[in-house]
Amino acid sequence: MRSWLRTRTAWWALLAIGLLPLAWLLWRTLADQLGANPAETLIRATGDWALRALCITLAVTPLRTVLGWPELARFRRLLGLLTFGYAALHLLCYAVFDMGLDGGDIARDIAKRPFILVGFSAFVLLLALAATSFNRAIRWLGAARWQVLHRAVYAVAVLAVLHFWWMRSGKRLYGEVLIYALILAALLSWRVLRRLKQRPA
Amino acid sequence: LPGAASAVVGANVMDKPTPYKDASSYNNFYEFGTDKSDPVKYAHTLKTQPWAVEIEGLVKKPGRYGLEDLMKLSPMEERIYRLRCVEGWSMVIPWVGYSLGDLIKRVEPQGSAKFVEFITQADEKTMPGVRGGALDWPYVEGLRMDEALHPLTLLAFGMYGEVLPKQNGAPVRLVVPWKYGFKSSKSIVKIRFTDKQPRSSWEKAAPQEYGFYSNVNPNVDHPRWSQATERRIGEDGLLAKKRKTLMFNGYETQVGQLYAGMDLKKFF
Repeated sequence: MRSWLRTRTAWWALLAIGLLPLAWLLWRTLADQLGANPAETLIRATGDWALRALCITLAVTPLRTVLGWPELARFRRLLGLLTFGYAALHLLCYAVFDMGLDGGDIARDIAKRPFILVGFSAFVLLLALAATSFNRAIRWLGAARWQVLHRAVYAVAVLAVLHFWWMRSGKRLYGEVLIYALILAALLSWRVLRRLKQRPA
Repeated sequence: LPGAASAVVGANVMDKPTPYKDASSYNNFYEFGTDKSDPVKYAHTLKTQPWAVEIEGLVKKPGRYGLEDLMKLSPMEERIYRLRCVEGWSMVIPWVGYSLGDLIKRVEPQGSAKFVEFITQADEKTMPGVRGGALDWPYVEGLRMDEALHPLTLLAFGMYGEVLPKQNGAPVRLVVPWKYGFKSSKSIVKIRFTDKQPRSSWEKAAPQEYGFYSNVNPNVDHPRWSQATERRIGEDGLLAKKRKTLMFNGYETQVGQLYAGMDLKKFF
């Protein structure tokens, strides 16, 4: 298993799995299988998958350390880019289906609904991370600075949960939000605990 | 369930009716779950027979009215109404029923009765959502007496020429076409006449967001989203621009005078 993880095939396999939700959504769109409110289905589904991809991305380091499988690290960038991809689609679906790509309407909507600003901020951070995700960017920025920048993913996790929580607060349906919040809180606190342990008393 | 074309002014909008499949599968009926696909999945457990509606409070002829008697109380009419959900989508539905006013006149409210309260079935055994704490059960809604007596306020038993599907509020529900959909109580078991303004379930849950009146109004936004536009289910395609929401959902000529002089921003 571990030697297979080092192969090119493993990387392509993960990419293919990561694109399955997108393929499924495209198929349902073309086959008119998105239900009575297709726009809402697409906006919500892309948001859900962005959040799921984020959870999986943030699980890589804890898994790698706990299992002692350093080869998992090479999937982190791909998973991060998939997160960015679904977040970009989520934003695009909102802008096109809900707002008719009208800049003025979007600006008014952000003023009216701060949770959209929160989601948009998370997207801007993800964009910065995606734009500096290739090897040359690490060299340009220097490894230390690059690492500091990429810690912004923790802020993305907090903003994403806040965005989702705020969206659901209209109807006080917090169950699902709580699940994601707990998963992300566990993944982040694992990092905090590790830092505390590494630091000499 | 056949109904004669209604002669009530405004009761037959010219918009194209929403496909039956959409109207019966995309529902808010929290007693069966909070997802819009939950009611069609779970409402089959609802027992609609036998069914009775309790009439109580400030009324000269209180009592239990069996569904059969209720259905015979006045001739069935078909009415094609717009339905605007507070969430920003809309449908056009051909309902079958009669004006609630026909029932109200029959039970003779006392002079002191100023409001009508509608109480929905809340049975844990047949309604899985009632076990969840999304709202305070049973679901309560209310109308001012003049709103309840307006000829457009419909007591509905069917839609699309058939008996109401359970997920749409069988066997008897209210339809108030100029108000957001949640004002139209489903599966009604009790109608109470009172002198005090009832506190509706959504008012209790979020008083800043949902008011007693909840009239469709493109100029008064929900605190967290705009109510200026809506998406017509089954008609406005993915790339279609959302349509403008009409004042009182397009029934302003018929109901505007009910709210003359009222500050609709305050009484939202």
